[in-house]
Amino acid sequence: MVTTSFCLRGVEFANRVFAASGTFGYGDEVLDLADPSRLGGIMTKSLSWKPRDGNAPRRVVETASGMLNSIGLANIGVHAFIETKLPTLRTLRTRIVANIAASSVDEYAQVLTLLDSQEGVDAFEINVSCPNVKEGGLNFGTNVDRTREITRRLRPLTQRPLIVKLTPNVTHISEFARAVEAEGADAVSLINTLVGMAVDIRTGRPKLSTVTGGLSGPAIKPVALAKVYEVAKAVKIPIFGIGGIMSAEDAVEFLMVGASAVEIGTLNYIDPAAGGRIAEGIAAFAAEKGLSDVGQLVGSLKADLSASILQSWL
Amino acid sequence: MSRAQVQGVVVARARVAEGIHRLTLKCPEVASSMRAGQFVNVRVRDDGWDPLLRRPFSVSRVDGDRIDLVFNVVGVGTKAMSSYEPGRSVDLLGPLGKPFAVDADFETALLVGGGLGVAPLPALTDELRRRGKSAITFLGARSRSQLYREHLFELHVATDDGSEGHHGTVVDLLSVYLGEHTVPSPMIFACGPTPMLRALGAFAKERSIPCELSLEGEMACGIGLCQGCPVERVGGAKRYALVCTEGPTFRAGEVIV
Ligand SMILES: Cc1cc2nc3c(=O)[nH]c(=O)nc-3n(C[C@H](O)[C@H](O)[C@H](O)COP(=O)(O)OP(=O)(O)OC[C@H]3O[C@@H](n4cnc5c(N)ncnc54)[C@H](O)[C@@H]3O)c2cc1C
Ligand SMILES: Cc1cc2nc3c(=O)[nH]c(=O)nc-3n(C[C@H](O)[C@H](O)[C@H](O)COP(=O)(O)O)c2cc1C
Ligand code: FES
Repeated sequence: MVTTSFCLRGVEFANRVFAASGTFGYGDEVLDLADPSRLGGIMTKSLSWKPRDGNAPRRVVETASGMLNSIGLANIGVHAFIETKLPTLRTLRTRIVANIAASSVDEYAQVLTLLDSQEGVDAFEINVSCPNVKEGGLNFGTNVDRTREITRRLRPLTQRPLIVKLTPNVTHISEFARAVEAEGADAVSLINTLVGMAVDIRTGRPKLSTVTGGLSGPAIKPVALAKVYEVAKAVKIPIFGIGGIMSAEDAVEFLMVGASAVEIGTLNYIDPAAGGRIAEGIAAFAAEKGLSDVGQLVGSLKADLSASILQSWL
Repeated sequence: MSRAQVQGVVVARARVAEGIHRLTLKCPEVASSMRAGQFVNVRVRDDGWDPLLRRPFSVSRVDGDRIDLVFNVVGVGTKAMSSYEPGRSVDLLGPLGKPFAVDADFETALLVGGGLGVAPLPALTDELRRRGKSAITFLGARSRSQLYREHLFELHVATDDGSEGHHGTVVDLLSVYLGEHTVPSPMIFACGPTPMLRALGAFAKERSIPCELSLEGEMACGIGLCQGCPVERVGGAKRYALVCTEGPTFRAGEVIV
């Protein structure tokens, strides 16, 4: 038997495959279609203090091997989450990672503090790809000082694992990873969606109501792998690799380049039970390789590139 | 009405009108639990990721353990489906969404379909008949060659080019009909393009006829996971409803189409 479990800040996860935030609802929507106990955990839809309506339609557009979305962080708010979702989530045999989105550093702290007082929330993932109202909607996650500030503020507020989810829409994502590592984050997760757009040439208008949106799906996997590789070279804390994972083989690629765990996103829309199969596929691959622990795949990439060449090349 | 991810097997494919195809699938799970107005989300290809997302289709009719999908070719997905051969298995999620309110308080159903909006009407007709309710059907199409009219009763037709029936819109046709006939305790059930639904919603409101509309919008998942399919509500605390789980059927006046 291959060991599939792993620990983060004393919390044990049954395996290294998670459902990515925003692609698995709050965790209770598809209990009839997918068995959550086959996952290491579920990242909830991003939760904010107050409910958010989200953006006007149109919110999704399919693109070549991918999709654009501009959901606008629509969510029921942390209070409704605690009242209507958490009681069910507590009964599931999987870990619940509450993903938090906010429009000010205070709001991040407020949401996290409230969730930290609840049983059934096993860890936190902080979505820093949110507009900062104080800075006229400038994205927190593209400013390394703001990203650091959020981590510094949140770290002392919880003893549970704190994962900071990074955006790829920056020049050097490793700089952001280093900053949050220095502030005591237990892990980073990456990548969130890439900024993209699509145009309806018949009307001459953008297809999304917000003009640009976030690209996800198999189209982004090569970018995501390179970002995980870059971050793995830069920090010691574990990485949750995300981006276009559609199979166990894709997931193994992420583990090899340095991810300790993976999150399945867009694939949940097409095949909500895929995460469990991917977890089993990874274990089977490790067994085939004669490994005793899936963790032995992490960072096992055989790359000849020297660190110095990598630096100049990035 | 339990949803499942299942394999349907293609039993037959037919071209039933100009550009319109009917796919008959053997799919006992969906056939046994589905109600008129619900849809299935079809994984068009199982050997690659382009197209990536599933494609939603109303279940047009149930016959024993079989279901019919009726569609026209508008893009990559429907093009691929139009060449499915018998024996092929098709990955489906379904049945999804909220069915038509066949048990609402009415005696006569006025079924209105525009273009491929006719798709769910045969299943609806069957359910109404089982309940002993009568149905009158109004179909609109661009021209006679684009009419799909199987398994429908008391059919009235409108075409944009006047090649059959009323020369004009299906909403006009309904208006003319109601001017000439007295219909006991009516309720409208409609599916079709947005402009038609909008006009029909306004018409129903003016005449104080209860009316249910089936909406079509972009969907990434069809199962309530992505928040990608909002429609604006009228009043209430929440600004948007999700078409895939709270619809696709909505009372006219409940949402802004
Ligand atoms: C609940 C529901 C039930 C539906 N039932 C039926 C049905 O019974 N029969 C049927 O023929 N179609 C139905 N549709 C529409 C059908 O899903 C689309 O026609 C299909 O997804 C197009 O896929 P494609 O890959 O061929 O086209 P694409 O390549 O994806 O798109 C081609 C063109 O069609 C347009 N288009 C794509 N999806 C839609 C849509 N949902 N509504 C309007 N325009 C669209 C695109 O904007 C584009 O211009 C339904 C849609 C929904 C949401
Ligand atoms: C429709 C949609 C909604 C998303 N919502 C969120 C969200 O609320 N919070 C978040 O941190 N990430 C969100 N994401 C990003 C995903 O969690 C993931 O990082 C991204 O989609 C890349 O992975 P994928 O290619 O496997 O989908 C969303 C993605 C999609 C497609
Ligand atoms: S299509 Fe995904 S929530 Fe409706």
